[in-house]
Amino acid sequence: MERFTVLNGIVAPLDRANVDTDAIIPKQFLKSIKRSGFGPNLFDAWRYQDVGEPGMDNAKRALNPDFVLNQARYKGASILLARKNFGCGSSREHAPWALADYGFRAIIAPSFADIFYNNCFKNGLLPIVLSELRVDRLFHEVNAFPGYKLSIDLERQLVIAPDGATQTKFDVDAHRKYCLLNGFDDIGLSLRQADKIRAFEARRRIEQPWLFG
Amino acid sequence: MPQTLYDKLWASHVVHAEDDGTALLYIDRHLVHEVTSPQAFEGLRLAGRKPWRIDSIVATADHNTPTTDWNEGIKDPISRLQVETLDANIREYGAKAYFPFLDRRQGIVHVIGPEQGATLPGMTVVCGDSHTSTHGAFACLAHGIGTSEVEHVLATQCLVQKKMQNMLVTVDGRLARGVGAKDIALAIIGRIGTAGGTGCAAEFAGSSIRALSMEGRMTLCNMAIEAGARAGMVAVDDTTIAYLKGRPFAPAGENWNRAVAYWRTLASDEGAQFDRVVRLDARDISPQVTWGTSPEMVVAVDARVPDPDKERDPGRREGMERALVYMGLKPNTRIEDIRLDKVFIGSCTNSRIEDLRAAAALVRGKRVASNIRLAMVVPGSGLVKAQAEQEGLDRVFRESGFQWREPGCSMCLAMNDDRLEPGERCASTSNRNFEGRQGAGGRTHLVSPEMAAAAAIAGHFVDVRNWK
Repeated sequence: MERFTVLNGIVAPLDRANVDTDAIIPKQFLKSIKRSGFGPNLFDAWRYQDVGEPGMDNAKRALNPDFVLNQARYKGASILLARKNFGCGSSREHAPWALADYGFRAIIAPSFADIFYNNCFKNGLLPIVLSELRVDRLFHEVNAFPGYKLSIDLERQLVIAPDGATQTKFDVDAHRKYCLLNGFDDIGLSLRQADKIRAFEARRRIEQPWLFG
Repeated sequence: MPQTLYDKLWASHVVHAEDDGTALLYIDRHLVHEVTSPQAFEGLRLAGRKPWRIDSIVATADHNTPTTDWNEGIKDPISRLQVETLDANIREYGAKAYFPFLDRRQGIVHVIGPEQGATLPGMTVVCGDSHTSTHGAFACLAHGIGTSEVEHVLATQCLVQKKMQNMLVTVDGRLARGVGAKDIALAIIGRIGTAGGTGCAAEFAGSSIRALSMEGRMTLCNMAIEAGARAGMVAVDDTTIAYLKGRPFAPAGENWNRAVAYWRTLASDEGAQFDRVVRLDARDISPQVTWGTSPEMVVAVDARVPDPDKERDPGRREGMERALVYMGLKPNTRIEDIRLDKVFIGSCTNSRIEDLRAAAALVRGKRVASNIRLAMVVPGSGLVKAQAEQEGLDRVFRESGFQWREPGCSMCLAMNDDRLEPGERCASTSNRNFEGRQGAGGRTHLVSPEMAAAAAIAGHFVDVRNWK
């Protein structure tokens, strides 16, 4: 997994609440057996004028000019600014895969759905919860200033505005931060506890034998 | 200190805990399906790892499988590849049980787990599917996980987790005739919103919940995730134990007695503390119908489509306006005046035998209305289908003009050929009314099986409390 230390990037604002995983990546694209290539179909139903299907040449499809990611000023955005309950719905990891494949490395919102939030960290994508008020202000600023960029410092847990002075602290739990900063995947770390897992399992086999075999 | 059911389930599965509370949680049952597993097996293979405990795995193909013409196989080559990839992965690595496409026990993963007795009280149950919360009906800690976590469970038999908050939802009193578990679920979501349970494990309790069958409890726990709660659960009682007895993978003999003695402890202790409590009175719950593009956009069948002009919060108002445009509805329209094009009875929410019996009872001897282009029943599993056919329910449905299909996820998420066309309006017993969920441009109204059945006959929504 790619390490996440300091990110400086263009912010794209997606101004609607309860953006669900069906909107992030519609189900017809879940048939893939790969982890990559979902970026062109991120927000497919909002982004294009036709109905997307796997196998289409996305470069030839007519874009919806009203959709925020299609506006020139947000080209190359790596930070998505969103409203509350972002990522609600299914557990499909294709949603963070699509966001990451598109080029996003961080998402800022007042709240996230639990499973989606969790899935982000597994893919080098940092979900940041800021207060509704702060997110509201960011929407105003992003709309007012083309090319608006934020800096995100994971080590110091800060979102830094372009003036350098406005810094907003965010929470992230220590384990997830550690994994993201170092690009560690969980499996390797968990397997360091293999002896404990075996011991737990052996005890369980005696206490609740009906769970085994 | 008194413990909640969730506290007990959590504590009995912690293998290792870090200082910040991050824990390694042992997983007893890993349910696997074709959509969220291929990349996990691939990751395992690339890292040269093997599954930790094969006998924890129960697998099936459900999302992509067709519901007609099984003799012709899976025609869509991309869907077929995904199902064949699962076949190959299970062949290579093994499983406690695999119910592949065409097996008579195949079905929706959240229907077959309990049906086989593969879901047992006190277990941790995970699956790469958010509706895994369903299994909490058996006093399990059950929730959906992403594909990276599927790989993590395969490789380590554990999940990296932090403890959630405890939420209690009580429903007391007697439900009106025609009002059931689905209406309770939607009424709760209407009350607390789709993020109301975020960060929580929700326990459902109270006399109305105790009175529900296991099928009803599964419907309720299934929808916990639509209220934002990853896990929903109900304490063990006689209903739980009676359901499990004799199931293929349930314990037998001396183990059964030992298991039951343990299962009886799986309830919240008197005086246990919850971080959040929500209370509903069953007498206030009417048959529910969603009108918008989120399960929280829901009203009683005898109400009207809400008017955004009356909403003060600008963000909410905008969301309502956008939903009404998508749904092709005008504010203040009576719900009973909404005419439908299609009716879908199925999904991991409402495709079990009790759901089909309830729907069949309403349509017996009646005909689907002429404006309904398609009314279909998709049983949750091959065994549900067989049971229904033994009871003659398939004939009741067919004679009324419903199509009787093969089991699978079907039009709940439209990954196979079952879908809405743009603009089509559907009464659906599934769990999500998101934009495009049942097909691009499709308009979904979530309802109970009874409400869907009655709507098929009338051609529009009707209040099943007055059904004759």
